Amino acid sequence: MATVKKFAQLSAGVVALLTTWGVGLAGTALAQTLTIYSGRGEALIGPLIEQAEQDLGIDIEVRYGDTAELAIAILEEGSNSPADIFFGQDAGALGALAREGRTVELSDDLLSQVDERFRSPNGQWVGISGRTRVINYNTDLVDPSELPDSIWELTEPEWRGRVGWAPTNGSFQAFVTALRLVEGDERALEWLRGMQENDTIIYNNNTAIVEALGRGEVELGLVNNYYLYRFLAEDPDFPVAQHYTRGDAGSMINVAGVAVLDTTDQPEDAEAFIQYLLTPEGQAFFAEETKEYPLVVGIEPPEDQLSIDEINPPRIDLSDLADLEGTLELLQEAGVL
Amino acid sequence: MAEDISPRSAPFHWMQKVGRPTARPHFILQLVGVMTAIAILLPLVYLLIRAAGAGVEELWTLITRPRTLEITLNSIGLAITVTLLSALIAIPLAFLTVRTDLPGRRFWLIVTTLPLAIPTYVGSFALIAAFGPRGSILQLLLQPLGVERLPSIYGWFGATVAITLFTYPYLLISVRSALQGMDPALEEASRSLGHSSHSTFFRVTLPHLRPAIAAGGLLVALYTLQDFGTPALMRFDSFTRAIFLQYRSSFNRNLAAALALMLVLLVLAILALEYRARTKAKYYSRGSGSRQQQRRIPLGKWKGLALAFCIFITLISLVLPVGVIGFWLYRGMVSGGAGLAPFQGTLTFAFNSIYAAGLAALVSTLFALPIAILAVRFPSRFSTSLEVCSYLGFGMPGIVVALSLVYFGANYLPALYQKLPILIFAYLILFLPQSVGMVRNSLLQVSPTLEESARCLGRTSWQTIRDIVIPLVRPGIISGAMLIFLTAIKELPATLLLAPIGFRTLAIQVWLATAEDAAFSQAAAAALVILAVCTVSTLVILSQEYRQGEKNGVKSRG
Repeated sequence: MATVKKFAQLSAGVVALLTTWGVGLAGTALAQTLTIYSGRGEALIGPLIEQAEQDLGIDIEVRYGDTAELAIAILEEGSNSPADIFFGQDAGALGALAREGRTVELSDDLLSQVDERFRSPNGQWVGISGRTRVINYNTDLVDPSELPDSIWELTEPEWRGRVGWAPTNGSFQAFVTALRLVEGDERALEWLRGMQENDTIIYNNNTAIVEALGRGEVELGLVNNYYLYRFLAEDPDFPVAQHYTRGDAGSMINVAGVAVLDTTDQPEDAEAFIQYLLTPEGQAFFAEETKEYPLVVGIEPPEDQLSIDEINPPRIDLSDLADLEGTLELLQEAGVL
Repeated sequence: MAEDISPRSAPFHWMQKVGRPTARPHFILQLVGVMTAIAILLPLVYLLIRAAGAGVEELWTLITRPRTLEITLNSIGLAITVTLLSALIAIPLAFLTVRTDLPGRRFWLIVTTLPLAIPTYVGSFALIAAFGPRGSILQLLLQPLGVERLPSIYGWFGATVAITLFTYPYLLISVRSALQGMDPALEEASRSLGHSSHSTFFRVTLPHLRPAIAAGGLLVALYTLQDFGTPALMRFDSFTRAIFLQYRSSFNRNLAAALALMLVLLVLAILALEYRARTKAKYYSRGSGSRQQQRRIPLGKWKGLALAFCIFITLISLVLPVGVIGFWLYRGMVSGGAGLAPFQGTLTFAFNSIYAAGLAALVSTLFALPIAILAVRFPSRFSTSLEVCSYLGFGMPGIVVALSLVYFGANYLPALYQKLPILIFAYLILFLPQSVGMVRNSLLQVSPTLEESARCLGRTSWQTIRDIVIPLVRPGIISGAMLIFLTAIKELPATLLLAPIGFRTLAIQVWLATAEDAAFSQAAAAALVILAVCTVSTLVILSQEYRQGEKNGVKSRG
């Protein structure tokens, strides 16, 4: 019966452990810590946050996760949310939190630093870095001369079965929303149907598309600008390159941005942190490390990439990107989702 | 003559009416059972609250749109094919590794269990890298022969294969532990009455394995319903994928909850099917409780084929994903010049993973025991509903369970919210039936007369459970705990939302590295460590099982 005794001892041990652990953690939670829910990965913003802790002298802890899931978790947590700041990967999630009244208005000092195209019109959130939609292509299979100038060319027979997209991906849906805003729902539907009929290949997300481009499984992919650089970092000979369709929704700029939540108990620290992200050093970090576009006026874009003005993105109100319902309906109507 | 040996007329307890034990279930047993069931129903309560927030019209549109029917049929089809395929792989494997003189039997015993440790999203990724239409390993090998493009792996085919390859161990472990717990006297009697090994297998062994096959199959089917990673990567439009989509792209919690409730109905339907498949037959013999050494069947000329089968399954379900992971790691460490950097911190992450998954296994086993004992020894509408409740969480997508605990935790238990106990509780909800099923199967093989004798000899019902039941259902307890450990260690959605901040596990590390960063070498390092941890723990558990088996063997010979 030694096993039974062992079992009983173990169970007692477990209970003791659980209790001590719980008490221990409850103790640390009392200290003033700025809590960030981040949809941005640790490899991207981890070093920046460490630096901010040192420079600002505040304790920061981060819960990493999927942007949308974290936003929904904040909604579910209600008035007891431990989060002070939400750092989202796209304007849509920020807009969703703002719509539910879970964000507070930021100070004018912060807002005024960022180009008005890249922040909430009523000051509920502010963009920190920009990412453009681009076309990536396999350099072994596609000659640069045949690259399209507009996303509409992709619906032509020439590109049948050669293009990859990720209809379930947030960035892609933001792009479709932009397309609706720029050209209207009818035209957006027409484009989606054209792509669908042209045997466009569905992938799960941007990473999967770039990975497939590298394998030559697909020749052209609709993705965000910065994925390619991470692949190049692991494999310098990765046979994929970047291309922009200028002036249409295919080169729209979406932002990753932050909002301060209504449940915060340290609004000053939260604003100080956001200010830190907007300093020239913070902005340069995004340009260098993550190959994204700085959004504060007067800071250089990432190396080897076109400037925002050269790309000439369509002018849209990013807050309108929160209207994902309409986009989803359209995607379903076109039979893409 | 042969007809007389069929289980129905075998000289064991088969045909006797179920003798209802006179003792009533112990009060504490009932209390724990009820509390567990109520706790597990929390996600359901959450779903009802949320779905009630949607308008009637909105709900009606959702339910009646053609797409809802399509994803329902897709998911049902997927669950059926995956379960059948898994049975075709798992039952032969279990028999070969337990009952035959297969060369390297113990080695196969371990490696055929391990695919369970590979997260399905990692495994699916590996399959795509190996068999994708273009640029995959297979296509590159065939390119000299002029093959420019392979038939697409994506969709129904890929999803079925991927989920089968990484979930068949549920059935394998279940069937294996039933085979180990079976009284060898049954098969010996059959053989001594002139039956060949072949006909003994189909007439005695297989019918005895029925509850184990049903329980394992149930786990496979429910896992298939709630898996998100594989359908997402294989681009298969499953019900769970639709639920995730609803959350991720519209932030509409109410409609997502309504969809999840429909999935719960599907889970209930599957549970009802399994319940109907159960019989009143008994699976124990008059045996003394100490097991005899089981006879190993010589494979003879089938040895080659049996080995080939084991090798084939291991190659695609274990060697291939490990190979692809190893390649990512190699590429990052050598060509990417990262050196040992991808392994940074993995020791702490591994400790956290083992700690959380180990706690989950222990706690879940503790709570599974009362439910299994009540279900087997005190069958009633009450105990059946407890058992059904315990299965609900396993059929729900992780994100649904996670959000329900976010809701209840943050609003009603803020002191524990995002602390370890809540995470362990989430694992309990998600994984409890793995243990309930395994313990139940073991218990079915133990004759209640032993417990009745113990009671007659003056033991209290608590003492009987402690001294008689638990030691005898040890194989089930161990398999159940192992299953929970292996699945908890790779769990993602609940871990991401509920783990204490900064409590980084290996699964979180894999996700972080692949989700936004495409840092494959880091993901590969963490995934390899998951595998290593699972291999070592499987080894430890199996060797314990083996020692126990030896002891029993010696006892019965003496």
